[in-house]
Amino acid sequence: MSETELQGDGHSSLVINNKKLLMWLFLGSDCMFFGTLISTHLIYRKLYPESYDPLLVFDLELTSFSTFILLMSSFLMALAVSAMHKGELKSFRRNTIGVIFFGLIFLACQVYEFAHFTNEGLTLSTNTFGSTFYMMTGTHGVHVAIGVFWLICLYFYSYTGKMDAHESAVDVEVAGLYWHFVDIVWIIIFTAVYLIEYIPGLH
Amino acid sequence: MSQTETEIHAPSTTQAPKTHELKPEPSQLGFMRPDHSKSVIMDWLTTVDHKKIGIMYGAIALFFLLVGGVEALIIRTQLAIPENDLISAQRYNQLFTMHGTTMIFLAIMPLNAAFFNFLVPLQIGARDVAFPRINSFSLWAFVAGAIVINFGWVLQALQVMGLFEASGPTAGMTDLAPAMGWFGYAPLTGTNFTGAGTDFWIMGLQILGIASLSAAMNFVVTIVNMRAPGMKMMRMPVFTWMTLVVSLLIVFAFPAITIALGQLMFDRCFGTNFFVVAGGGQPILWQHLFWIFGHPEVYILVLPAMGIISEILPVFSKKPLFGYSIVVFSGAVIGFLGFAVWSHHMFTTGLGKVATAAFSLLTMAIAVPTGVKIFNWIGTLWGGRVRFSAPMIFSLGFVWMFMMGGFSGIMHSSAPADAQQQDSYFVIAHFHYVAIGGIFLAVVAGIYFWLPKMIGKMWKGNLSTWVAIFSTVGLNVTFFPMHFLGLLGMPRRTHTYLEGFGWETYNLVCTIGAYILAFGIFLLVVDIIRCFRKGEPAGNDPWDARTLEWATSSPPKVYNFAKTPIIPARDALWEDKYGPENRKVTYEDDHGHGIHMPSQSWMPFIAALGFIPVGLGMSLMQAGVPYMGYVAIFGLLVLGFGIALWAIEGPGGYHMHPEVDAA
Repeated sequence: MSETELQGDGHSSLVINNKKLLMWLFLGSDCMFFGTLISTHLIYRKLYPESYDPLLVFDLELTSFSTFILLMSSFLMALAVSAMHKGELKSFRRNTIGVIFFGLIFLACQVYEFAHFTNEGLTLSTNTFGSTFYMMTGTHGVHVAIGVFWLICLYFYSYTGKMDAHESAVDVEVAGLYWHFVDIVWIIIFTAVYLIEYIPGLH
Repeated sequence: MSQTETEIHAPSTTQAPKTHELKPEPSQLGFMRPDHSKSVIMDWLTTVDHKKIGIMYGAIALFFLLVGGVEALIIRTQLAIPENDLISAQRYNQLFTMHGTTMIFLAIMPLNAAFFNFLVPLQIGARDVAFPRINSFSLWAFVAGAIVINFGWVLQALQVMGLFEASGPTAGMTDLAPAMGWFGYAPLTGTNFTGAGTDFWIMGLQILGIASLSAAMNFVVTIVNMRAPGMKMMRMPVFTWMTLVVSLLIVFAFPAITIALGQLMFDRCFGTNFFVVAGGGQPILWQHLFWIFGHPEVYILVLPAMGIISEILPVFSKKPLFGYSIVVFSGAVIGFLGFAVWSHHMFTTGLGKVATAAFSLLTMAIAVPTGVKIFNWIGTLWGGRVRFSAPMIFSLGFVWMFMMGGFSGIMHSSAPADAQQQDSYFVIAHFHYVAIGGIFLAVVAGIYFWLPKMIGKMWKGNLSTWVAIFSTVGLNVTFFPMHFLGLLGMPRRTHTYLEGFGWETYNLVCTIGAYILAFGIFLLVVDIIRCFRKGEPAGNDPWDARTLEWATSSPPKVYNFAKTPIIPARDALWEDKYGPENRKVTYEDDHGHGIHMPSQSWMPFIAALGFIPVGLGMSLMQAGVPYMGYVAIFGLLVLGFGIALWAIEGPGGYHMHPEVDAA
């Protein structure tokens, strides 16, 4: 039995599970983390529109591909959560492996992108664009990496025989909440950082 | 059920709960859990009991209150006479930086956390917080942050003793203690202006932020989900309400400082340009990010104090709190508006007329809910049977002194006036009236009110009166003249001043006042020690109080309530004692299920310990000390290792079957 349910001792005044509420609070807090990072980026972009032309390094095809991959991983995550709710361990494992695989593809794209940008001369210290871009997308990448690691742990945990629909569905659902959130943040970054640069006549 | 649970049924004939019959069990890792240890140190290091964690928070915070107080005394001694050369300008900068940082992050916040921890589960009728091991992690992460942030002082002391020298591999170690003000304005925090102290400060604050965030999320879940049956939101004690508001403020305000500190760390360690003017960075960005956190932080500090006062005044007036719902609502409004006023710290930075006017207006608006609270407190006293016991004396002092701080605060909300007062001693007078006259007096009131519950011993004698006299007189003598000093143009953060500006007398008076205040705090410490050593047993309810924590024994049993209480009304204990029959507190039948206790654990302690090498390693790496990056990585590994084992060991737990006592 999970720690929180034991602690709850049936006193719970709200229907929401303790772990899930904790995750929602963390995500609320995380919104502010990314809000700060993205607004720092946009402010400096607006202040110094001429300092750097990101279209020199951006590769929209690659980033669209990795965005699509991350979106699809969210779909698989939803399937994994649903499978766990039904107690279908095999289906859970299949979908989780899919999420992990897609997450790793996304990370590989990001590593390639960072290496490519660095080769083109854009580093952390080149200008404010480099600073804000790398720190923001890097923080997101760390989130994805943590999520992948978390799912790998869940995947192997499913072989210990301690997972069942009753107890572990919440654990998987919490991981799913996190994964979907990281996905949504990427959609925002993709729009506000990448796509916006392609609006003709913006600068 | 986890496999590690033990079921021990006490024979119904024995009187005392059979806790000593419980034996430690192996965790899922195979190691023995540190439960029921005979070793006191091991027991406290691994505890997940919210009461013990609260007491540790309180003890450490009181220690840092004294440290911050000594720093303040050195500052005041330096300023007692013009052109004093007691300490150098650099040492003075270090002292006021660490005084502010220590008082805010290492004294007041953990003192508030001590009350949160000890009281909230008791007040809502819960067994513990929602996540006991995260609670333990928060405490130890706080300790790790405190060590990192104060490490500069240790090195500096070693340097003075000749045991440490900035040469060879440590040649880059200059400015060992932070010296750029508690809000660390850019570009002063850049590598070309400040040294290793700034790095300790950055990493220490970052770790403290993690500790605060994890604790705050824990408390929101606890308050929302762990309430006993019948404890509806609008039946919760106001202190619990304020804990909820403050926890939400921490959840949403701390990310801004975390990111800002991260950006600053990147600037210093990895050459980014966030705040580096030469690279196009804007120092004003730091101010915005800092105060987006910094102003909610002000309410993070003061709302628990308001909660404490809202608990104490009704008890010693023998009346329910006047306008309970409007007091709760005002607290929530203060918290909400707290996010919308940060730029009043930046009126002189040239934000533009519209922004300045808007922030000015919103700042004035905050006076409304605050004023509502003051009137409700006065309304609580009105017509009540007032007892002037120690907690009440300090609470009344709070209402008056806090109001004075509020009045000068209102003056600051007017941007033109603020432009005159900015960076002068007037500002210092204002926030010390709020911090000492407000928060400190409330915390002392809380200590006098709840310490008998925490340790089960009642105060001896009436030293508290002298504490009240010395601290209130001291604080007024220290800070009231500062209003005049500010209006006479004395700037903040100057290590000395010249004769002939008319500041000499005021400064001398301020310094004398500081020593009077310090004597008051000394008496407080004496009184606390005396209570520990000589206090008579307090009994469950020494003050004839109103809320549920007084229904437990003093000190409360490890399981808090032998059976879960069912709450019929607000002021549950008062109604139980004096209310009609249908408002008595009843207790749930546990059907022999007993009380589930969480197992103690080393893992939160180990994980939090990893923060120390992370913080020190990152700081020393920036100063160019070799191999320090590896130390930081080692710390991260310890942290990750601790968290992994924490997950694998499983929550465990055991059941207790106490005899139902008076509770």
